[in-house]
Amino acid sequence: MDEKRHIISILVENEFGSLSRIAGLFSARGYNIHCLNVAPTNDESISRMTLVTFCNDQKIKQLAKQLDKLIDVVNVKDLTEETHIEREMLLLKLKCNKNQRDEIKRLTDIFRARIIDVTDTTYTIELTGATEKILAFIESMGKIKIIEMVRSGTLGISRGIDSLENIK
Amino acid sequence: MKLSGSQIIIECLKKEGVEFIFGYPGGAVLHIYDALFGDKKIKHILTRHEQGATHAADGYARACGKPGVVLVTSGPGITNCVTGLATAHMDSVPMIIISGQVSREYVGSDAFQEADATGITRPVTKHNFLVDSRESIAEVFKKAFIIATTGRPGPVLIDIPKDLTDPKVKINFEHPKKVKLRSYKAPISESKSKIDEAAKLLASAKKPMVYAGGGVILGNAHKELAALVKNIGYPITNTLMGLGCYPATDNQFLGMLGMHGTYEANMAMHDCDVLLAVGARFDDRVTGDTSKFCPSAKIIHIDVDPSSISKIIEVDLSLVGETSKILRDLNKAVKPYLKNINKSALKRWWTQIDKWRTKKCLSYKKSKTIIKPQSVIETLYEITKGDAYVTSDVGQHQMWAAQYYKFDKPNRWINSGGLGTMGFGLPAAMGAQLAYPKSEVICVTGEASILMCIQELATCLQYRLPIKIITLNNRYMGMVRQWQEFFYEGRYAMSYMEAIPDFVQLASSFGHIGIKIEKPSELKSKLQEAMNLKDRLVFVDIITDQEENVYPMIKSGQAHNEMHLSPTGKDTELA
Repeated sequence: MDEKRHIISILVENEFGSLSRIAGLFSARGYNIHCLNVAPTNDESISRMTLVTFCNDQKIKQLAKQLDKLIDVVNVKDLTEETHIEREMLLLKLKCNKNQRDEIKRLTDIFRARIIDVTDTTYTIELTGATEKILAFIESMGKIKIIEMVRSGTLGISRGIDSLENIK
Repeated sequence: MKLSGSQIIIECLKKEGVEFIFGYPGGAVLHIYDALFGDKKIKHILTRHEQGATHAADGYARACGKPGVVLVTSGPGITNCVTGLATAHMDSVPMIIISGQVSREYVGSDAFQEADATGITRPVTKHNFLVDSRESIAEVFKKAFIIATTGRPGPVLIDIPKDLTDPKVKINFEHPKKVKLRSYKAPISESKSKIDEAAKLLASAKKPMVYAGGGVILGNAHKELAALVKNIGYPITNTLMGLGCYPATDNQFLGMLGMHGTYEANMAMHDCDVLLAVGARFDDRVTGDTSKFCPSAKIIHIDVDPSSISKIIEVDLSLVGETSKILRDLNKAVKPYLKNINKSALKRWWTQIDKWRTKKCLSYKKSKTIIKPQSVIETLYEITKGDAYVTSDVGQHQMWAAQYYKFDKPNRWINSGGLGTMGFGLPAAMGAQLAYPKSEVICVTGEASILMCIQELATCLQYRLPIKIITLNNRYMGMVRQWQEFFYEGRYAMSYMEAIPDFVQLASSFGHIGIKIEKPSELKSKLQEAMNLKDRLVFVDIITDQEENVYPMIKSGQAHNEMHLSPTGKDTELA
């Protein structure tokens, strides 16, 4: 069966060890984690994780059930099952000489990114968007030397009034 | 009431009705041991190894259904429990493990006897807790018992730093009546329409089969299962873990299925058109090659754990919830459809099954010169009238016990089915004997397995546990040797047991009685003699046929209808 990209949103008790339970489940059962993001929610007792994984249909069903079985997990949802919005943030530190500066500025504007730090030899750029946009921007840098790259990993939310928090 | 952390722990255990703690003291739990000192309600059983404590608590839980409680110290205390936890976790046994931890100020500093207990045990427990305040002890214990005993049961560990149990610091204690567990889901109940659909499908079968596992015993659903199976008149097989959940002496019972299952059970699995799976998890030792598993069957699966559904085998209809309730509802729902059952097709199916039965797949070559291991179990069954609690270790003796001791009642067959833990049998028998002091408890083992937890013989003496240890001594790790014979051209790498102790002397040095049996002619009388010593532990060392193999056998990658019934090869005869 074909592997597809899935964005799994997980609400977990904001407790000691919750993250390692989830990470441990993935390694123990042989699932991959492409990227992972964790942060508290408006309810301080709950954290939200967004995780991207590649698996086939049979495996993703089993994965969701295994996650749901963890005592700390309040709710699990595969966002890719329905209409949703996804975003990722990129922080990119570039080495640039005088000749490259204009080109970088132009690309930054085209992608609606922002330059957030400048030194004699570097630019640091912030960009938010879907993963494809992030990847396209990185590719557009061409031969420009990347000193450091930081990505938040995918964040996702369903469209409309649905909420992971009111399903529980 | 003002109590110390240690006293709170003891109070919480009493509120949960705990009668035994299996454990071993050490630095980090000395405060708790001091609070337990002289307690009249809770009896502490001192094992001789922490692994023994976990298996004993496990055996207790499997025998009587109540959660087993373990108390061990930090560091090596808890690391020694890992095998016991994994054993219980694989077979979904309710247990509470209390482990001491170094005081909070030392956590993370590589202190003496410090180990990351919650980290190490996370994959082998249903859940675990690191207690971080005195105030939360009672709540954590309440939660732990709920989690361990409900839904699909399992072991729960509570790691508690030493400073929280300090007798000098006392706080107000009130046992919580309720705790908030918002993320713990109670088993859902299935809709009437889905149960009705299952009933209809069940009644439409021409070649039905029921396949029931350990979930029936854990869910205390054996009566409901028997009622349904009797009502519909279908054949039933049990998994290794399910033995006893349906009476083995009943005519509708086809024996165990799977790798060493009976010919009739496996053939019926392969040919059935509707399969009702109850509290079973389609383990690889049961299914054989999954691509050839029940090729023409519609499968209905009843289980308390949603993640068991379609995990290995995609099923057609799933009923998730308490097994007993679903079986009761299904039995009611099936009544109006009973008239739809194709009686003549069912009769033809039973005729076919009876034909398979004539293979007598469990018959074996008898001998007058050497004791056949199968005959030991048969004799044991005869002497105990099939009513003993039988624990086992892992290997050939385990399979022979499962095949030849006909369990009519649940909770009587206690073995490590999932993890396959050698060393489980003796401590598990201690737990079962403590749960039922007046019942006959037998540990069927081999000369290799028994040595893995042999130290528990001392525990048996201390608490006068009159277990009967039946060792099928073939001087080999029998199952390893069997695989080496089949798959490694008889190169018996490391499977021969050299320097085996004199078990009679060993038993006597531990203060027990040892009996050695070597001749088939004295098997029955000497076994009877051992069983007659009601108040003593008897270690019966039985010298058996060295190269006997367990049959039938489905080799890996083969289907249910590709069994080997003898060394001469496959038996794929299809009627």
